[in-house]
Amino acid sequence: MTTAEPVVATLGRPAPVPDSGAWSGVRWALLRDLQLALRSRAELGVQLLFYVIVVSLFPLATTPEKNQLALMGPGVLWVAALLASLLSLPRLFASDFADGTLEQMALSPYPLPALVSGKMVAHWLTTGLPIVVLAPLLGLQYGIDGEALAALAVALLIGTPILSLLGAIGAALTLGLRGGGSLLALLVLPLCVPVLIFGAGTVDAVHAGLGAAANLSLLGAGLLVAIVGAPLAASAAVRISLD
Amino acid sequence: MLEAIDLAARRGYARLFSSLSFRVEPGCALFITGANGTGKTTLLRILAGLGAPFAGTVRWRGVDVAPFAQRLREDVVYGGHLPALKDELSAEENLATLVALMGETVAPANLRDALASVSLDRQASLPARALSQGQRRRLGLARLTLTHRPLWLLDEPATALDTAGIALLKRLLTGHLERGGCALVATHQPLELPAAHVRALALS
Repeated sequence: MTTAEPVVATLGRPAPVPDSGAWSGVRWALLRDLQLALRSRAELGVQLLFYVIVVSLFPLATTPEKNQLALMGPGVLWVAALLASLLSLPRLFASDFADGTLEQMALSPYPLPALVSGKMVAHWLTTGLPIVVLAPLLGLQYGIDGEALAALAVALLIGTPILSLLGAIGAALTLGLRGGGSLLALLVLPLCVPVLIFGAGTVDAVHAGLGAAANLSLLGAGLLVAIVGAPLAASAAVRISLD
Repeated sequence: MLEAIDLAARRGYARLFSSLSFRVEPGCALFITGANGTGKTTLLRILAGLGAPFAGTVRWRGVDVAPFAQRLREDVVYGGHLPALKDELSAEENLATLVALMGETVAPANLRDALASVSLDRQASLPARALSQGQRRRLGLARLTLTHRPLWLLDEPATALDTAGIALLKRLLTGHLERGGCALVATHQPLELPAAHVRALALS
């Protein structure tokens, strides 16, 4: 039953040049990571549940007073988003590193930054996007009014990808280290401070009548810088970890 | 085709090998032998471009290649200790994913044929976690049949393979050499290949 000869015989034919396009690389990593995420849906659920629980704990621990809740709500939603995104970051490269996929990715003809970008997009789609969708619902819990809620959702929509992008750099840097998970948090959390300040400040700006435009523009600028820089930085870190 | 010039490697402060030079021509295989810890895997990783040598250069098709060079990545298939399989995906999905990562397209029918050629056709839809060590290795062999890379770097490919699997590995290597490919194989068990162009490199 073994037909041992190679199925695609190359005798007398020059070897086909492999595809090395950046977009094909992004697509490969994105589709594979989404496929893997769909196979382990429970992990995604855990993370979303973590977000909901953290957000719900604050009113219990502080005050049920409506005005104060509305005041601290945006900040709580942002910090919880940051923590929830941090929860899944250690696994972003670790499983690929452990089973050897990462070295195959580094040896693939696709540019490594493209493959890493695909993984970052998949991380945001599976962790950031659900948070963005849930946040307005949880914001109602805090009595945040409609206009501010909309600004908060838009700020999260722009800000959470930055968290995934910056987090991926940290995840790549801490690959193969013992206690990498906690080190990752120490590395990434300070980097996320500007995102947190401008993100949570969006609602304050709306309440103060200044409009959300300034904060959202700054977040957008941050996102653009992260989109350009983070894949390069993360793939450099991946290569170092493989050496 | 592949040249190593004065390669040296260390692990920490320990010197693994130095002034290592060799040349592998098209249609030739180089078997790298040596006791544990003599640097067989390190040498293969350097040649694959996964790490920089402590000294020396690697030359592929007449051009010096740095680690992760595009020229090399388009021509090499590296089969390391780690199988690069995802437990959640089926054998067939794993194979398709790995071949796609190498920038090559493969029709589903060819995928099935490749699985059949390594006797994994009945396990095609089993998740990879249910495969035995030998079957995981065979999946790696199936990848070799589907890609068209001229340079094969295989690290202990015979590990966990049964006699039929080793025979299959030998047939694949022979076919590859006959088509003018290069192969470097780190191995403990000697694989007797009928091809005349087999050389041995002993690390000590």
